Amino acid sequence: MRRGVLLLVLFAVLMGFFAVGLTLNPREVPSPLIGKPAPVFSLPRLDGAVQTFAPQDMLGQVWLLNVWASWCAPCRQEHSLLVELSKTRLVPILGLDYKDQRNDGLEWLHEAGDPYTLSVSDIQGRVSVDYGVYGVPETFVIDKKGIIRFKQIGVITQEILQTTILPLVKELNG
Amino acid sequence: MIPEIGNIALLLALALAVIQGTLPIVGAARGNATWMSLARPAAEGQFVFIVLAFGSLIYLFVTNDFSVGYVAANSNSSLPLRYRVAAVWGGHEGSLLLWTTILSAWTFAVTRFSRGLPSEMLARVLGVMGLISTGFLSFMLLLSNPFVRLLPPAMDGRDLNPQLQDLGMIFHPPVLYMGYVGFSVAFAFAIAALLGGKLDAAWARWSRPWTTVAWMFLTLGIALGSGWAYYMLGWGGWWFWDAVENASLMPWLVGTALMHSLAVTEKRGSFKTWTVLLAILAFSLSLMGTFLVRSGILTSVHAFATDPKRGIFILGFLGVVCGGSLILFVWRSPKVGLGGKFELLSRETLLLCNNLLLLVATAVVFLGTLYPLFLDALKLGKVSVGPPYFETVFVPVIVPALVLMAIGPMIRWKQANLAELARKLMPSGIVSLALALLPPLFLGNWSGKVSMGIFLAAWIATLTVADLRSKIRSHGAGVPGAKLASLSRSYYGMLLAHLGVAVFVIGVTLVKGYETVKDVRMDIDDTVTVDAYIFTFKGAEQVRGPNYVAERGLMEVNKDGKRVATLRPEKRLYTASRMPMTEAAIDVGLLRDLYVSLGNPITTSGAWEVRIYYKPFVDWIWGGCILMALGGLLAASDRRYRMRWRHRVEFDKTERNALIAASQVAIVEAQR
Amino acid sequence: MAKLFALAFLAAMAFSAQAKDAVPIASDPALEQRLNKLTENLRCLVCQNQSIADSNAGLAVDLKNQVREMMVQGQSDQQIADFMVQRYGDFVLFRPPVKTSTWLLWFGPLLLLLAGGAGLLRKIVRQRKSASDVQLDDTVHKRVQVLLEAVKKEETV
Repeated sequence: MRRGVLLLVLFAVLMGFFAVGLTLNPREVPSPLIGKPAPVFSLPRLDGAVQTFAPQDMLGQVWLLNVWASWCAPCRQEHSLLVELSKTRLVPILGLDYKDQRNDGLEWLHEAGDPYTLSVSDIQGRVSVDYGVYGVPETFVIDKKGIIRFKQIGVITQEILQTTILPLVKELNG
Repeated sequence: MIPEIGNIALLLALALAVIQGTLPIVGAARGNATWMSLARPAAEGQFVFIVLAFGSLIYLFVTNDFSVGYVAANSNSSLPLRYRVAAVWGGHEGSLLLWTTILSAWTFAVTRFSRGLPSEMLARVLGVMGLISTGFLSFMLLLSNPFVRLLPPAMDGRDLNPQLQDLGMIFHPPVLYMGYVGFSVAFAFAIAALLGGKLDAAWARWSRPWTTVAWMFLTLGIALGSGWAYYMLGWGGWWFWDAVENASLMPWLVGTALMHSLAVTEKRGSFKTWTVLLAILAFSLSLMGTFLVRSGILTSVHAFATDPKRGIFILGFLGVVCGGSLILFVWRSPKVGLGGKFELLSRETLLLCNNLLLLVATAVVFLGTLYPLFLDALKLGKVSVGPPYFETVFVPVIVPALVLMAIGPMIRWKQANLAELARKLMPSGIVSLALALLPPLFLGNWSGKVSMGIFLAAWIATLTVADLRSKIRSHGAGVPGAKLASLSRSYYGMLLAHLGVAVFVIGVTLVKGYETVKDVRMDIDDTVTVDAYIFTFKGAEQVRGPNYVAERGLMEVNKDGKRVATLRPEKRLYTASRMPMTEAAIDVGLLRDLYVSLGNPITTSGAWEVRIYYKPFVDWIWGGCILMALGGLLAASDRRYRMRWRHRVEFDKTERNALIAASQVAIVEAQR
Repeated sequence: MAKLFALAFLAAMAFSAQAKDAVPIASDPALEQRLNKLTENLRCLVCQNQSIADSNAGLAVDLKNQVREMMVQGQSDQQIADFMVQRYGDFVLFRPPVKTSTWLLWFGPLLLLLAGGAGLLRKIVRQRKSASDVQLDDTVHKRVQVLLEAVKKEETV
């Protein structure tokens, strides 16, 4: 009798897990870099300027690092949102062009608009690996001290922007 | 027209299922013979309508009716006929209909092969199966209807996934489902026994052949899936501990435990409560597997396209069926202990150990498959559980089970003698140890794992043969041939199945221990030597298939100067879906497979990247499974299941005691 | 003279047409084997349930190349695994790490086996004492003989 009741309890617990499980995404990979300093790198700028860019250059500001590519179809969905966001000047957006030829990247920005303060070119994708990138688009929120505070996996929707990203930016700005 | 007919057929089947699922059970509780007698005709009618619906869906695929959404999503006009039929179960809705059709077929079989069952029991068994069918039919009609029209109709279909355009797709799902669904019969018998409050050896005798046949199908289904993956995926793997594979392995493990537990209940009247619980567990795992695969809750190469509403429905159904049966179990299971008395050293104990080990093995697979979900739900991070975990934890649990399995037939019921047992086991132990240690040392290739595998296989094989010999000798004077004939099919079934396990172990051990692979760049006329075989590449040519174009390579294989095989691996591109596929070429042999697959072309010279595998004894893996399944078939066809139930007699206490005592004596006699 | 020339020509042809032993794709097969073993245990994050070794996805190929470079540089398997975990989390390893949160996973089955075994042992020992065999008196005994005769006629296992 006791054994049976124990089984029932375990079964109920299992059902509970399954129910919660239905709300989760088993394919999403959460970032282990949250709360850690943004990995350093020095990449050439996309606009052909001789300079390179490093994340240290942004210390003292809260900023977004958006990983994109000209060949990425979903990126188009969030691109107009980013262009709008850049116009509000609420937060600087920097782009990381992932595994793209320079010309393709430049052409795409020319076509669709350039929301980025600047973009860097990660042709081999090595820097993106350092950031734990496994798909495009992905976006990081980095604070004044250069610590990664949030990672958006996938397209940024208006909802995510309003409920998660912008409030966080506001908070980090003090 | 036809889709609408299919739809209506499903609706009518549902109506009959509801009747079948409610009135007979209530009738059995109230002793209402009319209501109980509704079970058979309702089940038969349901079968007719479901077959009609299934037939309609097949017709739609065969005639390329792309006005039906499901057909358009899974088929194409250039798809060869046999794959158009297989495509019927290529997606979620159709495979559900297949599930339901097979459930109905099993139910129909129960109506046919149940002459001797008392009417209340039959009413309850069919009733439970009717309730399950109600669940699946409602699910289909509400959330997964394969007959939904597509407006406007598609010009052509999106084609069946090229990976499914294969012989494997024709056989693997139906055979697998025959097993999965078949456990519903044992489940129904268990629930019927709980409802009726009568749990006796007779119930076990009725349940046992149904369980064995379902187990047989599940064994074959899993083996088919494994073999298919082996030759299709291109890198010779045959088991990946993928969530869906695990979902089929769990009911198999519990089903095996159930089969053995039923044996004890039938013969000794013991373990009744335990057997009932196992029957509930086996089918619950089948249902849970259905849930896991279709809800999107786990990632898998097999997962169907998902929709949260579907997940919720199946979860609810799972909760009702399993939760309901567990509640019934707690409430109604008899408070009997383990049954007849037995010593610590006895076959009963050994079988209990077998059950324990199989259940712990099931728990390993269960934990490994669901742990990522558990942690993620508790926000404790995200982990992966893959083959390294399963191989480390599963194997040490199964190995003792295999050791005990071989001892089982040799050890007496009730009370075994340690000295006698040791005497019987010693020769096999020595021979097995010798075989395990010597050959690998000879080949200069010793490995602990390989030795363990050889030891186990030899242990099982020698003990199984020794038992047969002792049985032939023991029954007094007589021609050995006649002795062989007098042993029951049940016994031979067990022998064959256990030997099948030994064959399986050899296959796994030797292929993992001694397989070799070479990744080479081959120009025309280049050669590679693997083991004693010389592979010569003769270039590749373009070929056209019914719905694909391919580069087909030509590989000549020679050994000792003679041509052994000519292999033609392909790299295909399917026109409709633009999906590339690698078709490996395999030379199947009793003692080894030679496996060749093309990599990427090396553009300039007609050279190709080629991967060549030498896989010793790999077909013994599936050969062992086939032997196991044959053993099951043999056991299920044993004479005593085909005997007509004579007449039921009520015994007085004296008679009952006499019967029990007689059977105990007879068993001791039989073991001498 | 012409014949000699022809012979020489044929000989040269024969030599050039001679097939050679195929060259392994990898420049260092031993390293490649080590690479395969390691990457077989790393999950491809893009595909469903494949390892980096087996996957053809862009990221998988990139990571395989990166791992190869790291091996050539002399990094150990553990260092490379740590590298991956730092960037992608524990999810990238097919072998879950042994930490408090995975304790139940790794040791649960063993505990279950021990608990089950103990429970079973207790039950068997207990039923040995309590369950009793049937008492035989004369009438019962005679009936037993009759039944045994009937049983001997149909031998089943």
